[in-house]
Amino acid sequence: MAALFKAGKALGLCVSGCRSLSSLAELPEMHQMMRQTCRDYADRELGPIAGKLDKEHLFPVQQVRELGAMGVMAVEVPEELGGAGMDYLAYSLAVEEISRGCGSTGCVVSVNNSLYIGPILKFGTQKQKEQWITPFTTGEKVGCFALSEPGNGSDAGAASTLARQEGEEWVLNGTKAWITNSWDASATVIFATTDKSLKHKGISAFLVPMPHPGLSLGKKEDKLGIRATSTANLILEDCRIPLGNMLGPRGSGFKIAMQTLDSGRIGIASQALGIAQAALDCAADYAHKRTAFGAPIGKLQAVQFKLADMAVAVESARLLTWKAAMLKDAKKPFTKEAAMAKLAASEAATFCGHQSIQVLGGMGYVTDMPAERHYRDARITEIYEGTSEIQRLVIAGQLLKEYAP
Amino acid sequence: MSRVLVGVKRVIDYAVKIRVKPDHSGVVTDGVKHSMNPFCEIAVEEAVKLKEKKFIKEVVAVSCGPTQVTETIRTALAMGCDRGIHVEVSGKDYEAMGPLQISKIFAALAKKEEASLVILGKQAIDDDCNQTGQMTAALLDWPQGTFASEVTIDGEKVKVVREIDGGLETIKISMPAVLTADLRLNTPRYATLPNIMKAKKKKIATMKPADLGVDMVSRVEVLRVDEPPTRLAGVKVETVDDLVAKLKANGTI
Repeated sequence: MAALFKAGKALGLCVSGCRSLSSLAELPEMHQMMRQTCRDYADRELGPIAGKLDKEHLFPVQQVRELGAMGVMAVEVPEELGGAGMDYLAYSLAVEEISRGCGSTGCVVSVNNSLYIGPILKFGTQKQKEQWITPFTTGEKVGCFALSEPGNGSDAGAASTLARQEGEEWVLNGTKAWITNSWDASATVIFATTDKSLKHKGISAFLVPMPHPGLSLGKKEDKLGIRATSTANLILEDCRIPLGNMLGPRGSGFKIAMQTLDSGRIGIASQALGIAQAALDCAADYAHKRTAFGAPIGKLQAVQFKLADMAVAVESARLLTWKAAMLKDAKKPFTKEAAMAKLAASEAATFCGHQSIQVLGGMGYVTDMPAERHYRDARITEIYEGTSEIQRLVIAGQLLKEYAP
Repeated sequence: MSRVLVGVKRVIDYAVKIRVKPDHSGVVTDGVKHSMNPFCEIAVEEAVKLKEKKFIKEVVAVSCGPTQVTETIRTALAMGCDRGIHVEVSGKDYEAMGPLQISKIFAALAKKEEASLVILGKQAIDDDCNQTGQMTAALLDWPQGTFASEVTIDGEKVKVVREIDGGLETIKISMPAVLTADLRLNTPRYATLPNIMKAKKKKIATMKPADLGVDMVSRVEVLRVDEPPTRLAGVKVETVDDLVAKLKANGTI
C-alpha cells in the first residue's frame, strides 16, 4: 500500500470522496493529507516516546491534548460540536497511523472516538451531545465505555449491574470490569439493567461523569501490552445520576452496545493494522541491516517468505477495514465486514508481532528493539471489543442469513 | 499591511535515501516520496502566525512545477494559508528550473499581488542553493532579511534577527521586503483535520510563467551528478608529530 500511496501522490490524483470499490486503490486527496499529518505526528512525537510510555505505564497526557487540537480525538464529530467533521474512513486511517507510532495511544484515540463519543453521537439528545461530547473533542478530557463485568464479557446480555429509579434520579449498583481509560477518563457510557425480567431488552445505557460520588475505581490492571492505557474495574455503590443521564430510550442499552461495538470494531481493526505495520516495518528494516552467512538476512528466502506473509496479512486486513469503513460511511449494512476486518486485522497483528520477533532473533526478545512491544500490544486486539471467537459467530450469523432458503 | 506571499517547494522527502540515476543526469524522483521543503514549512508557519496576530490579512502560497506541486500548495492551505497559486512548469523547463527563474516568477507575482512581504525558506534541501530569496529581493529592489530566526513587525518596518557565522545580527528593514526562514524561526504546526477539510474549499489559481512575462531559459547546464565518494578507512597515529608528518606526506599541508 505504501507503493500505491506513493504512486497515488506522485500522480497528483485528486479523487473526490467516491465510495466504489475501485477507490480502495487510491485514497481521496483529503484522506491522503490527513493520513500524512497523522503519520508525521506519530513518527515525530509518538515513536520516540512509545517505549518509555510502555515501560513506565504512563498515560500520554500531552500527546492526547495535541491530538485533540488536531481533531484526532473526535474525527467523526461534526464541526459545530467541536470535531473534525470527517468520515469513518478518515478515522480508520488516523487510528492506524497513530497506533503505528504507539499502540497504547491508538487505543486511547479509538476508545474515545468509537466507544465513548460514538454512542452519544448516535443516540444522544442535542443537549447530551453538547454536554458530553464537546468537552471531549479537545483532548483535555477522554471518555470510556463500561459494558463488561466480572461475570460477563462475551455474554453481554447477562449484565448484572442494576439501575433503579428513585424520584428524579437513577441509582446504579454493580461492578464493571476491564474498563480502558478508566483512571484517566472524565466520563463513561455505562450499561445497567433497568428491567431484569426483560433480559437483554431490559438493559439501558447511562452517562456518568468521573469522578462521581458512588463510583470508585478498582486497582489498575498490570497488563501484558498497551501499558500506557489504564484498565480497571468501575465499582458502583448507590451511584446517583439525574434522569436526564439516560442515553437513548429505556431498554435499548443492549442495542446501543451492539451497534457501538460494530463501529468500534473498525477502530480496533485500525489499531491492529497500525501495530502490525509497525512490526513489519521493524522486521523489514532489520532484514536490510543484519548480516549473516555473509549477506543481509533479507537475502535469505526464509526471511523473505516471512516478510511476504506479513505484508499480505496486513494489506488484506487493511482493505477489509477500509471496505467496512466505506460501507458505514455510505450508510450501508457493515456488521459482517466490520467483524471480518477486526478478525483479520487482529490476527494479522499477532502474526506480524510474532514473526517480527522471529526475524530479529535474539534482538527481538529484548526491549532495545520495539518488536517485543508490538508483540505484546498486538495480543489484546484479538480479545477486546469482541473476541475473535465472537467475531466468527457474528460473521457466520450474517453469512447464514444471506444464504437462508 | 495586507498580503504575504509564501513560496513552497516540493522536494524529495528528507528521510528518503537519494539514488543517482544510472545515466548520472540527476537523481531518481519517480515513485519517490516527496514533501514540502522543511524551510518552506517554517516560512508558511511564520506567515500564518503573522496573520493570527493580525499583522496581515491574507497569506498566498505559491509553488512552481508540474501538477504534483498542488499537493504541496494544499498542505500549505491546510496549515492556514488562504489561497494558492500554482505556476505551471513541466518537462525540460522544470528540470532546468533554478533560483533565477523562480525569483523572476516571485518578483512578478509580488508586484501583481501587491504583497507587503515575500517569505521563503532560506534554501531547499535538494539543491541547497540559498539564492532565491536574495535574487527575488534584488529583482524587486526590496530590502531582505535572510536566515531569519526571529521576525517582529513594527509599524511599517520589520525587525529581523539573523543567524550569521558570528552569532546573531539584528536588522530593521522597511516593507515591502523579502524574508528567508532559518531553522530556529519557529516549529511548524501539524495540519489539523478541520483545517485539512477547510483546505478543500480554498482556491488554487493556475498560471504559466509566460503570463507573468518570465522566460524560463536556464543559464545553467547540469553536466553530471555523482554520489559522494565512498568514505575510506582512516589511519590512527600515536602523536601530533606523526599526524603532521602524515599530512605533509600526502600533500594536505
